[in-house]
Amino acid sequence: MAKKKSKDVLLTPIFSDNPIALQVLGICSALAVTTKLETSLVMCAAVIFVLALSNATVSFIRHHIPSSIRIIVQMTIIASLVIVVDEILKAYMFEISKEMTVFVGLIITNCIVMGRAEGFAMKNTVKASFLDGIGNGLGYSFILLVVGLLRELFGSGSVMGYPLLSLASEEGWYVPNGLMLLPPSAFFLIGFIIWGLRTWRPDQQEDH
Amino acid sequence: MHRDSVANTILVAGVLCIVCSVLVSVTAVALRTRQRQNAEREFSMNILECCGLASETVDIKQVFQDKIERRVVEIASGQFVDSTVYSKLGIDPATYDIKKILRNENLYDLLDGDRDTASIKRLEKYAVVYLYREQGTLKQIILPIRGYGLWSTLYGFISLDSQLEKIQGITFYEHKETPGLGGEVDNPKWKQQWHGKTAFTPDGDVKVKVVRGKASDPSYQVDGLAGATITTRGVSNLVEFWLGPDGFGVFLDKHPFIEKLPVAGG
Repeated sequence: MAKKKSKDVLLTPIFSDNPIALQVLGICSALAVTTKLETSLVMCAAVIFVLALSNATVSFIRHHIPSSIRIIVQMTIIASLVIVVDEILKAYMFEISKEMTVFVGLIITNCIVMGRAEGFAMKNTVKASFLDGIGNGLGYSFILLVVGLLRELFGSGSVMGYPLLSLASEEGWYVPNGLMLLPPSAFFLIGFIIWGLRTWRPDQQEDH
Repeated sequence: MHRDSVANTILVAGVLCIVCSVLVSVTAVALRTRQRQNAEREFSMNILECCGLASETVDIKQVFQDKIERRVVEIASGQFVDSTVYSKLGIDPATYDIKKILRNENLYDLLDGDRDTASIKRLEKYAVVYLYREQGTLKQIILPIRGYGLWSTLYGFISLDSQLEKIQGITFYEHKETPGLGGEVDNPKWKQQWHGKTAFTPDGDVKVKVVRGKASDPSYQVDGLAGATITTRGVSNLVEFWLGPDGFGVFLDKHPFIEKLPVAGG
């Protein structure tokens, strides 16, 4: 692989090579935790933390990992980091961790984390891998935050819990869109984002 | 040593396992007290919310300690149970966890279909109820309730005044109903509606119910949740079940709370 500049490693995953929009990975959690912006934010922070550290760790020991057990080694590192994050959330952000339930634990199965460990960290330096982890985490976060913002705004009429649109149930004018609170709406929104991104950057379109 | 040799494979696997398990255990042990405090605080908060004592400013732990008493009740007989009896069964009111109780077959009965109006399948033999006192005077009785909604079992509490006339509050601390629809059982405005509803008919049958749409008689009816017919029906059923003869009906009947315990202002 040609050596890329740190800045590119960090920034390309956001728009040019977005893990959700281009590689269509990590969709599961993007559906589950984006009913509110707040949970989306915490999820993003958790994923960035796990991605950056698992990438750095895997890269750090990449010359010692026997190829026959490399996937298990990556999984073990990722799983340990996820448990640590989960424990920290339960101790310091109890309310939010209750709402996120199993989806913090499910970061383990988020294909982005595994994909970056196997696809990037096994072949690159610690620093580049760490930045790649943060970059991909930011790419994931970009989608999650947009989806979370739209779902909370149109589904509950609020942003970060602060009411912005006055709800009809409280003598306002806005009738919340219940579909926005259900998982399928995240699919539609992600679809629109992918459409938008690929119209803006036609090189992301797949060949027919 | 070659990277792909058997010896190196075992070595790497071994070292990695030790490092990771140490990392995980250290985190878990270091954060355990804090997590337990969170859980306890949350629990006390739910009880206080149910009886209208919770607010941003109060010291949850202190208020709970001062005003709330936990008592173990045998559901079938409706009697309070002494600590000598329940400790033998392995029940500790302070750490009572309904989900654990329902996994111990000595501590629950199976409910057959037509009695099981709240769709809970298993009914605990012993429950913990909470008595709220203000300077020694009984004010409210808080009962644990649960039942099936649309997607999930809703777990919560309901509070009655010491005369057993009116509902004082209701709260659900765990459920997985649809956000924005059935999930509106958490809406403070909706919960507020329960306050002051007549709980029983003069004959002792459960009167309070959740109706579809708008309540026509607000003295005992609660508005249904818009777009959540099944959750609404579930909540109505579970309240009826727990206040009824298979739930805490016997307990509430057996205890002339008014005579036994001094009444406020009396």
